Parts: sequence; C-alpha cells; structure tokens
Amino acid sequence: MVEWTDFERATIQDIFSRIDKDVVGPAALSRCLIVYPWTQRYFGSFGNLYNAAAITSNPKVAAHGKVVLSGLELAVKNMDDIKQTYADLSVLHSEKLHVDPDNFKLLADCLTIVVAAQMGPGFTCDVQAAFQKFLAVVVSSLRRQYH
Amino acid sequence: MTFGSAKDKEVVKAFWTKLAPKADDVGADALSRMLAVYPQTKTYFAHWKDLSPGSAPVKKHGKTVMGGVADAVGKIDDLTAGLLDLSELHAFTLRVDPANFKILSHNILVVLAIVFPNEFTPEVHVALDKFLGALSRALAEKYR
Repeated sequence: MVEWTDFERATIQDIFSRIDKDVVGPAALSRCLIVYPWTQRYFGSFGNLYNAAAITSNPKVAAHGKVVLSGLELAVKNMDDIKQTYADLSVLHSEKLHVDPDNFKLLADCLTIVVAAQMGPGFTCDVQAAFQKFLAVVVSSLRRQYH
Repeated sequence: MTFGSAKDKEVVKAFWTKLAPKADDVGADALSRMLAVYPQTKTYFAHWKDLSPGSAPVKKHGKTVMGGVADAVGKIDDLTAGLLDLSELHAFTLRVDPANFKILSHNILVVLAIVFPNEFTPEVHVALDKFLGALSRALAEKYR
C-alpha cells in the first residue's frame, strides 16, 4: 500500500484541478510519439504520423490523449488503491494491446514535461517529486498484471 | 561518438544560443530537482553541507555541469574525442554510475520546459534528448 503524505495528496489534486486536460493529454501523447518514435508501433490505425506536424494535428492522437488523461484521473480519484483500480487496465495493455511496459515510463516523462511547461515555476522540486511519485505508482500498477 | 543529423545539430546549437544566458540558473534548478526527486543521487554529494534546492553548493555545481554541456555543444561534431578528459574524470575519480546521467538529463529537460514553454517544442525536445544521450554515452566511454 502506497503511503502518501498530506502534501503529496494535496499536490496531486491541485495539479489535476489546474491543468487544461484537453491540452495536456494530447500534448503528452503527441510529444511521446515524436520524441520516442518507436512508440508509434501501437498506433498503426491512426493514419498520418509521418512527421511532428502531422502527429500534433492528428485528431486520433488528440482523442486518444484525452482517453489517457481520463485514465489518470481515475487514479487521482483512487489514490489509496491505484493497483486495484488499474487491474483491468493492466490486463488490457498486456493481453489485448501488447504494449511493452517500458513505454509507460516514456509517456510518464512526456507528461512530466508537458505539465511542467503548463505550470511554469509553480512546478517546484517538491511538486515535481510528488507528481513523479504518482506517475511511478501508476506505471507500476499498469505493469502489475503482465506475465 | 557521432550524434544526430545535420538538422539535429542545427536545432541544438540554435536552442543553445537562447539557453546560454540562463545556463547557470538552468543547471542549478536541474541539479536541485535531481536531488529532490531522485534522493539516491544525494549519495554522490555527501560531502556538501547543504543539499537543499538552490543552496550555494548546488548553484555552484549546476554552473560547473552546464559549463560541461556548453563545452559539448562546441564539440558536437565529435563528442567522444571532445569529452575524453571529462570521461576520465567521471570514470576514475568521480565514479558516477552512468544511469544517473539519464536522470540528470531528464531534469534538465524539465527545467527547459518550464523556462522555455514555447520554444521547447517536441522537435527541440527530441534533438536535445538525443544530444544529452550522446553526451552521456561519450561521458561513459572511459568507464570500461
């Protein structure tokens, strides 16, 4: 069971209430597809991912970015049992989507960078530490059902 | 160690001219974040009196680190040759586990996103990520 300090809980809730979710999800996913192009392997049906401009303006990428962020909001609402909350999602990513779990960390790093850009100096060291701890728990929970 | 295409080098050098005037602050902030977010990295600095974000030793060392990055930008056409001395320093004297280069690189990128929210586009991000990766590999050359 993950121990969250009051500061960490408050920080995570605060971040998710501040960020523009319709911007962050799509921005993080498109950044991931651009910076780590091998991640495009999971999005063969998304059409034109040929270059950065195409990825950034691709409506399927944007839509899926929002799906990913709603998934994160589920974790934000269930911080005391992300592992259980994500059990089905983990099975989905392993059994149906066949996503290499190392990719979760890549997307997490892109999310950190996009949120940092949105929040500016408000994204202090302590806020970053809380956010990255949250993402680490999310990633670990998503990896859990792989076998 | 060859790094990237001609385009990648252009992007890195162009971004560096924007970054250079703020390099010291970027270095200090990146180092502060590394120590706060990845506490295991503090083990390399047990000899400092103050490891808190923005402390004097952190600021001074952030400047040193970014000096190294600046040097690498100047030697972008042959990082391995250019960073030979630094590699020996890290390999034989400092003995920093090279996994930590990735951690510091990540924190540099986070700071860049904060300081340059508009200029740190995905294209700049990928070029810099590649550059810092190549820099890290050149730094690890002499380890074994």
